[in-house]
Amino acid sequence: MATKTRRYSARDVTVLVIGLGVAVIVNVGLIWGPTLASVGLSGTDWGGIGPIEWIGGRNYHDLAAEYPPFWSAVRNNVVWLGFLGLVATPFGLFCAVLLDRRLRLSRVYQSALYLPVVLSLAVVGFIAQLVYSSDYGVLNAVTGLSVDWLGDSSINIWVVMVAAAWRHVGYVMIIYLAGLKAVDPALKEAAAIDGANERQAFFLVVFPTLRPINVIVLVITVIEALRAFDIVYAINKGRNGLELLSVLVTENIVGEASRIGFGSAIAVILLVISLGFIVTYLSQLFREER
Amino acid sequence: MSQRSPISRRNLLLGAAAAVGVPAVLTACGSDAPAPGGGGGSGGLGTVTIGSNASDEIPKKTLDTVVKSFTQATTRINTVDHNTFQENINRYLRGTPEDVFTWFAGYRMQFFAEQGLAVDISDVWREIGGDYTQAFKDQSTGTDGKQYFVPFTYYPWAVFYRKSLWREKGYEPPATLDELTALARKMKADGLIPIAFADKDGWPAMGTFDILNMRINGYDFHISLMGGKESWTDPRVRQVFETWRGLMEFHQPAALGRTWQEAGQSLAQKKTGMYLLGMFVAQQFPEADRDDLDFFTFPEINPAYGTDSIDAPIDGYMISAKARNVAGAKALLKHFAQASSQNIATKLDPGMLAASSKADTSGYSTLQKRGAELVSKAKHIAQFLDRDTRPDFASTVMIPSLQSFVGEPAEIDSLLASIEKQKANIFR
Repeated sequence: MATKTRRYSARDVTVLVIGLGVAVIVNVGLIWGPTLASVGLSGTDWGGIGPIEWIGGRNYHDLAAEYPPFWSAVRNNVVWLGFLGLVATPFGLFCAVLLDRRLRLSRVYQSALYLPVVLSLAVVGFIAQLVYSSDYGVLNAVTGLSVDWLGDSSINIWVVMVAAAWRHVGYVMIIYLAGLKAVDPALKEAAAIDGANERQAFFLVVFPTLRPINVIVLVITVIEALRAFDIVYAINKGRNGLELLSVLVTENIVGEASRIGFGSAIAVILLVISLGFIVTYLSQLFREER
Repeated sequence: MSQRSPISRRNLLLGAAAAVGVPAVLTACGSDAPAPGGGGGSGGLGTVTIGSNASDEIPKKTLDTVVKSFTQATTRINTVDHNTFQENINRYLRGTPEDVFTWFAGYRMQFFAEQGLAVDISDVWREIGGDYTQAFKDQSTGTDGKQYFVPFTYYPWAVFYRKSLWREKGYEPPATLDELTALARKMKADGLIPIAFADKDGWPAMGTFDILNMRINGYDFHISLMGGKESWTDPRVRQVFETWRGLMEFHQPAALGRTWQEAGQSLAQKKTGMYLLGMFVAQQFPEADRDDLDFFTFPEINPAYGTDSIDAPIDGYMISAKARNVAGAKALLKHFAQASSQNIATKLDPGMLAASSKADTSGYSTLQKRGAELVSKAKHIAQFLDRDTRPDFASTVMIPSLQSFVGEPAEIDSLLASIEKQKANIFR
């Protein structure tokens, strides 16, 4: 009986330790270690070379009270998330629904909408400059306006988001299109027989069955909004109205500046925001499984 | 300063001539003793490595040519993209830097020398000192009074214009601020945009701030402000921005969406009348038009200071504290200090001037000659805002602040208060 309680043989334990151990080490070393180090560094003043000086929460005070780019970055990140979530994503769904109706040339539309997705956002940034430049841009040339689309800090974030959405729409569209193809046509037929019009059939029958897809799209949208970086960096290094938290982290830590403590504090803020979404998402996921 | 277009490449050049026999590279780290002989045909000082930010064609060719004529040691150049090199300088110097590296004079040099990342080369200066003016020596000297830097080339900032356009319209270079304003008004009436302006990259506006501050408050105040010793809410600083705001109506609009190259093009195309920039603006002019390019120094504002100061950033070389072959590196630095080496650079690059006073200026283009004359007349030479102050202050505070001023020139008080608060956080 005594041997019965030993559920794992020595070999099992070894395998477990190695298998789990490697995963734990990699996880702690590459994810939790640097994360905690960032949190630790955010309480210090460090130029990257000299001694590290502990200054408590002063970095947080400085960035919230005396660093103007910080609040515009927070605002821009929120606006970015809102725009992708409330404009680009529904538009992607709309395109997917239209394409799912087997229009003529639907393959052509589909390819045209999906094409930008294969471009890196940095490339989208370069294309945006060709379109929006005030001196040689296509937009001003065609419309005859002389708006400084990228230089005017009150409008540049919007036109850049349009460029980012151009890519995001195709991405969302293709995911929804796959989801729509998987919806059982019998459901729609049944709805039609029951006298539902197109709109009711979509919102009350089809859309609810897309729930797993919606979750994926939501996660993608949030990730895209929080990691946005390359497009604004390609345009003007994320300054003058195009500040984003990810850019400020880079600007402070990676550049010649080396305000490592200060940059880490911004990174921690970004981490907290991301954690909010991750925790919500995971708790949703686990509740479902139960 | 990032006027070079970024083309990423990381090349190992001139890696030829694998040392015969026991390489003399094994000189003890940090030792000043001459390397033991026997470096094969390499001249006896082993191998010297060079970390270079000269990623563009002309500067790269210049360095290659200059280094080729150095015979005392084998050399190996590691070229890194200009901006990448600059942004990674901290990590580079703490990691495994090359023996000799390209860098900038002034505060930007002192900042790293102070942290023990560069080798004291006062002994080199005892030999080369006679070739440089005092202004160049000062810019090569650390806060501890020792030298850490060998100046190679430099370029002045001035107001550039096209001679043919000015002759045609009968414009004359202004000598005072009032004359400048009158001239700008006249240009506007003639349908020109008076002052070309671009600040998308964030640094060109620093040139305007520098020159206004030096004209209004003098060099000493400017340097002390850059060193974090003066308050940004001081009425003297306010006056700089007030003056600038007064000139804004003559500046090219929509500057925050434009690069200096585009503004330079507008000057070349005679759409704008003049442009305050470094001499590298010549790059935007086709070869045939370069003789048509001329400049005047920014006019006097405060008679107490006249036009005694200009921005003229100096590029040069330093030895990293972790250099393996210090003796070879010092020999190479002496080679860079030679007038003949610097003449190679000025011949290849029309926007550069030789730092050595012994350099042969007979081969200079008209523009280069005028540039050298301008600098020799200046009593004080500043290095440009981002080289005269802490790098973190320049990039994370001044770039956004100046851009916000260019966007909304009316908001001076709140802007200066914000700069002052951020300055206090950085210069603790």
